[in-house]
Amino acid sequence: MIWTNFKRIVKIGFMNFWRNATVSLASVFMMTVTLIVTGFVILGGAVLDNSLNVLKDKIDVTATFITSASEEDILKIKASLENLNEVSLVTYTSREEALETFKERHANDQSILTALNELNENPLGASLDIKAQDPSQYKGIAEFLEGSSALSSGGVSIIDHVNYYQNKVAIDKLGDIIKSADKLGLAVAMAFILLSILIAFNTIRLTIYIAKEEISVMRLVGASTTYIQGPFVIVGVMYGLLGAILALIIFLPITYWIGNTTENFFIGLNLFTYYLQNFLSIAGILLLSGVMVGAISSLWASRRYLRI
Amino acid sequence: MIFFDRVSKVYPDSFVALQNITLTIEPKEFVSIVGQSGAGKTTLLKMLLAEERPSEGKVFFGSNDVHRLNKSEINDLRRKIGMVFQDYRLISGKTIYENIAFTMEASGRTDEEIEKDVPHVLELVDLASKVWNFPHELSGGERQRVAIARALVNQPDVLIADEPTGNLDPVNTYDIVQILKKINDFGTTVILTTHNKGIIDALDKRVIVMEKGKIIRDDKKGKYFI
Repeated sequence: MIWTNFKRIVKIGFMNFWRNATVSLASVFMMTVTLIVTGFVILGGAVLDNSLNVLKDKIDVTATFITSASEEDILKIKASLENLNEVSLVTYTSREEALETFKERHANDQSILTALNELNENPLGASLDIKAQDPSQYKGIAEFLEGSSALSSGGVSIIDHVNYYQNKVAIDKLGDIIKSADKLGLAVAMAFILLSILIAFNTIRLTIYIAKEEISVMRLVGASTTYIQGPFVIVGVMYGLLGAILALIIFLPITYWIGNTTENFFIGLNLFTYYLQNFLSIAGILLLSGVMVGAISSLWASRRYLRI
Repeated sequence: MIFFDRVSKVYPDSFVALQNITLTIEPKEFVSIVGQSGAGKTTLLKMLLAEERPSEGKVFFGSNDVHRLNKSEINDLRRKIGMVFQDYRLISGKTIYENIAFTMEASGRTDEEIEKDVPHVLELVDLASKVWNFPHELSGGERQRVAIARALVNQPDVLIADEPTGNLDPVNTYDIVQILKKINDFGTTVILTTHNKGIIDALDKRVIVMEKGKIIRDDKKGKYFI
């Protein structure tokens, strides 16, 4: 009996969808718009994430050591830094490498090179480039470097300077921007999604409003709630599925176009490539949200006419 | 047996639709209820279908208190009562066949039963040729006959016809009344509300006259009289 009922409900749903083709088409388009907005929120999030990660990656602190510091001591500090949870990467630059880089950078500046040659020894200290997991953690890392582990056996710090204190303002500001961009992005995304869900919901509500007389007749011939609501839910699910499929197709040319024109602007992220790489998960999200919005709207909207 | 036990209905705006109605309708009876608009006829019928709750009193269908039934029992009750309305209330998006089949599907009948009974009941109301039409392609009289077929197809104990001829011309009215009489002859209780004097006088059956929510006459073989 349950199976027969299910078959009948699905059949009636399909038939209602087909016979009210105009209304169905309008609802599917409404659903498509909703899901395109949702898709843009997902893609926008990816762009924002990518840009922020590139920016984050550009921040680091450098601890420069005094020239007399032994390589062994520096590597010890490197090892202890790498043990910290906050630290994602530590790069060691030896005194010789620093000198090479310096010479290369000033290859066209004869006066500097001459001055350098006049010194008998390498004036540059070795350094450690430290990247944190999160920009807010640089302060802690800088403080750690100032702490006891950075002292040589003589009781004098082997660290010449940590550039965190020079870059502090810039780092703090960038950290703030990243945090608020994350928050704002989420809020805007939520607002857009909520708005478009409301529009889809109201469209479906209108289609059910048209059928309210029929619902009351079905009630009076003794049809159960499931039997009356079932076909509406099927139709809602069909709106969602077709809307999602349409949206997924429409995103192909859109992302292709945006991807080509803005690849440089978004620091190396090609939206089209991203869309194709993440197609399965984006399709999953859109299909699922389409079906959910369709089904829940239908259930909710038909409920009030069933109270007879 | 249908029994209204001291039933009153007062709406929140303190309009009194029914006042202390006590009424018994025996199985296989043909009862006409007459009265002006607003006399309470439709409210009385809605009570029986559990569409409305009484403010006081009880309504029994058989041994069941209609207003103490749960949702699925109400659905069962409604399948035992066929309803015919003045405005037909067919489902516009379904063909004649589907309109009638829906009622059977809703009460959980098998596909075989549906395929057998729907053409049969349409023959009974002389509409076998219109099976695949939609309601808007039919005349008023034909639509009302579809509505009667729909009400009959589950073989209800009671058929309620609420002003079924209100929108029909005399010829169609006559047809509908003949069909109702035939149904009653087969053993179904029929409750008819109407304004039509001719119908009542021709039927020569029990007549209940209502006014301002009260029963003012109840004649075993009545004439139309207000």
